Amino acid sequence: MLAYALRRLVLAIPLILGITLISFMVIHLAPGEPGQTPGEMVTAEAKRAYEQLKVEYHLDRPLPEQYWIWLKRLARLDLGRSFAPHGRPVLSMIGERLPITLLLNIVEILIIVALAVPIGVLSATRQYSAFDKFTTIFVFVGFATPEFWLALLLMILFGIQLGWLPISGLRSPTAEYFTFWRQQLDFLSHLVMPIMVATFGGLAGYSRYMRQSMLEVVRQDYIQSARAKGLAERVVIGKHALRNALLPIITILALSLPTLIGSSVIVESIFAIPGMGQLMVQAAYERDYPVLMGNLVFVATLTLIANLMADIAYSLVDPRIRVGRRRR
Amino acid sequence: MRTLIAMSLVLSLAATGGCNREAAGSDPSTGPNTPAVGDTLIEASIANVSGLIPTLTSDSASHEVGAYIYNGLVTLGRDLEIVPELADSWSFSKDCLTLDFKLHPGVRWHDGKPFTADDVVFTWEATTNPKTPSPYRSDFADIDKVQALDPLTVRVIYRKPYAKALLSWGSASILPRHLLDSYNRDGKLRESPQNWTAPVGTGPYRFKEMKSGEKVVLVSNPDYFQGQPYISRVVYRIIPSQATIFLELKAKGVDLTRLTALQYRRQTDYPAFLKSYNKFRYAGSGYTYVGFNLKDPRFADRRVRRAIAHAINRQDLLDGVVLGLGRLATGPFRPGSWAENPNVKGISYDPRKAAALLADAGWKSKNAQGLLVKDGQPFTFELMTNQGNDERKKIAEIVQASLREVGIGVDIRIIEWASLLKEHVKKRSFDALVLGWGTGADPDQFVVWHSSQSGPDDLNHISYKNPEVDQLLETGRSSCVQADRVKAYHKLHEVLAEDQPLVFLYWQDVLPAASNRIFGIDPGPAGIKWNEPKWFVPKHLQRYTSG
Repeated sequence: MLAYALRRLVLAIPLILGITLISFMVIHLAPGEPGQTPGEMVTAEAKRAYEQLKVEYHLDRPLPEQYWIWLKRLARLDLGRSFAPHGRPVLSMIGERLPITLLLNIVEILIIVALAVPIGVLSATRQYSAFDKFTTIFVFVGFATPEFWLALLLMILFGIQLGWLPISGLRSPTAEYFTFWRQQLDFLSHLVMPIMVATFGGLAGYSRYMRQSMLEVVRQDYIQSARAKGLAERVVIGKHALRNALLPIITILALSLPTLIGSSVIVESIFAIPGMGQLMVQAAYERDYPVLMGNLVFVATLTLIANLMADIAYSLVDPRIRVGRRRR
Repeated sequence: MRTLIAMSLVLSLAATGGCNREAAGSDPSTGPNTPAVGDTLIEASIANVSGLIPTLTSDSASHEVGAYIYNGLVTLGRDLEIVPELADSWSFSKDCLTLDFKLHPGVRWHDGKPFTADDVVFTWEATTNPKTPSPYRSDFADIDKVQALDPLTVRVIYRKPYAKALLSWGSASILPRHLLDSYNRDGKLRESPQNWTAPVGTGPYRFKEMKSGEKVVLVSNPDYFQGQPYISRVVYRIIPSQATIFLELKAKGVDLTRLTALQYRRQTDYPAFLKSYNKFRYAGSGYTYVGFNLKDPRFADRRVRRAIAHAINRQDLLDGVVLGLGRLATGPFRPGSWAENPNVKGISYDPRKAAALLADAGWKSKNAQGLLVKDGQPFTFELMTNQGNDERKKIAEIVQASLREVGIGVDIRIIEWASLLKEHVKKRSFDALVLGWGTGADPDQFVVWHSSQSGPDDLNHISYKNPEVDQLLETGRSSCVQADRVKAYHKLHEVLAEDQPLVFLYWQDVLPAASNRIFGIDPGPAGIKWNEPKWFVPKHLQRYTSG
């Protein structure tokens, strides 16, 4: 197992290199160049100011050379500096934004799984019942609803009409004057709506997968034998069927790990949450190449680790699969 | 407080012309509403702040925050007149080449150190340092040297007369030598703490903290030389969605923001809103236009351009796109500003005249689809604009429909901003554009109309070439005698209106809304922020206690 994991990690390195190379080329293929404020015309003077930076950032060199320079820096774990006027290190910029995005997305996925699994199981075991039909409609409505529209509706309802929840941001503007516990409560209340919006859409996928997977498992012979053995239905479903039905969910979970840091762009923009999604969109508009490349490295690494974890988790959960062992 | 907006031609919001207030309730002389210290002002911005040294940034969010922290030597008053700020008085020499400033005594930096003339010299050095990537170096390009004659007197010597001299010392934020000297020498101003974590200025507010992408918090400066501001704190929130900002305004999470035309006219007239908010309206400093690529032989013909202008019903366009919240543009100068020639009439809506002019230019017959043809080619062109701007999209559609009536076919292309700029505007690979120009406080528009400014990185992207206009632009920008400048710009206005190198559409109004617990707001051509340190919230209305 360990050998397998190590081998996979070693193989991941050329993979990451390949990913960064292709990404680098694609980013530079996009028309437009850094030094523009999106939406505002830049004077020739500002352009000349940018020209100075061009040399400093090696943008006047040929592309392969630029890539090589970036790679050498990466080997020292230095992601370079942003092209924006503040010129801050990319690592600091990402470091500022990553925690909140991770927090939001991890909580979101946990809630989705915590809700989707029971919904899926119950829908499967009570197939075509009123519960099944209702939840089907409910999750598909959630799937079809555009996030920003739902967000605005919730803001109007909970923020303006009922006044229960704050509308946007992470903290109240005067939060530094609150007591410690009030500050935590304030922070949590700011997260409620974004998480609600994010989970509503994601529920559909997971609950349907769960339902489908459960339906297949429940028809298997070993379920029948378990029942025949006299086991309580609760044990049959909850222990034997569930374990097998969870396998596809694990795969999907693992594959969605990379989205933990990038997918919440719309939610972050509407709710004014300073996260990675916003950072990436801003960087894309401004053609802030170092920030874009830095983020890509993160996502690529995360994806590969996630895949590895998925495979290992699989082998742990499913006794039929043993990774790395040679078959005799 | 500095209210001068960046000198670069970006959409700013100073204006002239009529301004009115929609709701009453701001008379400070009545009983309980006397000026009181306290409370917090919460503003919102769509864009992130990209740096805290205004010399290095060109985006409006960074400059709005900078306006709280820094001062210039002069600033703009309510009616766009130049008023003293760090300088109490100034005088030009007879030949317009020497400008002396007498500085206000007793001004201190936020860290307590005294402000002197040497800091002014330093600001000039830092901005013109070849290692500093400043978009404003051209403001100081004609300066030979800056001398501190004594700690309170600065002498600026120009190589040739520069009309914007005085104004350029208003838009420049004065920087502290004692904190930035070493960074400037190494060319590392961007990396100084001044740019991100600890900016030190002389302005009405001191920097407290900034959480990138979230908010900037400023606290009032008790030693501010013009008197401590009444409002104790300003929180500048960054909210990237216009819809969210509007909802926050309604939920009282934001105190001051600008409304869109639709919000102003249709969504803010209900009693609950009017009870808590004042709406203001003043003429903006940006106009929208349809620009032609004058290298295209069809558009090089003035009759064609004037015909297109006659074919567009600009009043309807104004009513449709911004619900009438603007004024028609006759030329590139703000309505009501001294450079505007009030006798210049706009191009009337006259489709028959349009047809006649086009016929004159050789576009006489129409083909089967109803399009004008000349030498076998139908008259069709591509109209481009940038993605993300709903108003420009609507304008493009209206122009398309209007021109179809006179037999010109228009294809609309909406392109993402950076690509539009790089692939089409800079390469001059376009037929026509719907874009906008922002005008600064000074009417000089050399960079937009002068024939020397049509390189790929310059702003005369329609490739306009008119020797008379060139002459007028040069006269306007190099004279320091007001009467001469007025004459030059009035003539320029006439010539451009006659020539129609682009179709001037309208000047958009700026529509701020502010919580009505704030007293002291006095809208004028310069907007409303020009006297922010004088705003106050009466004790009984204060909402946020600031520790």
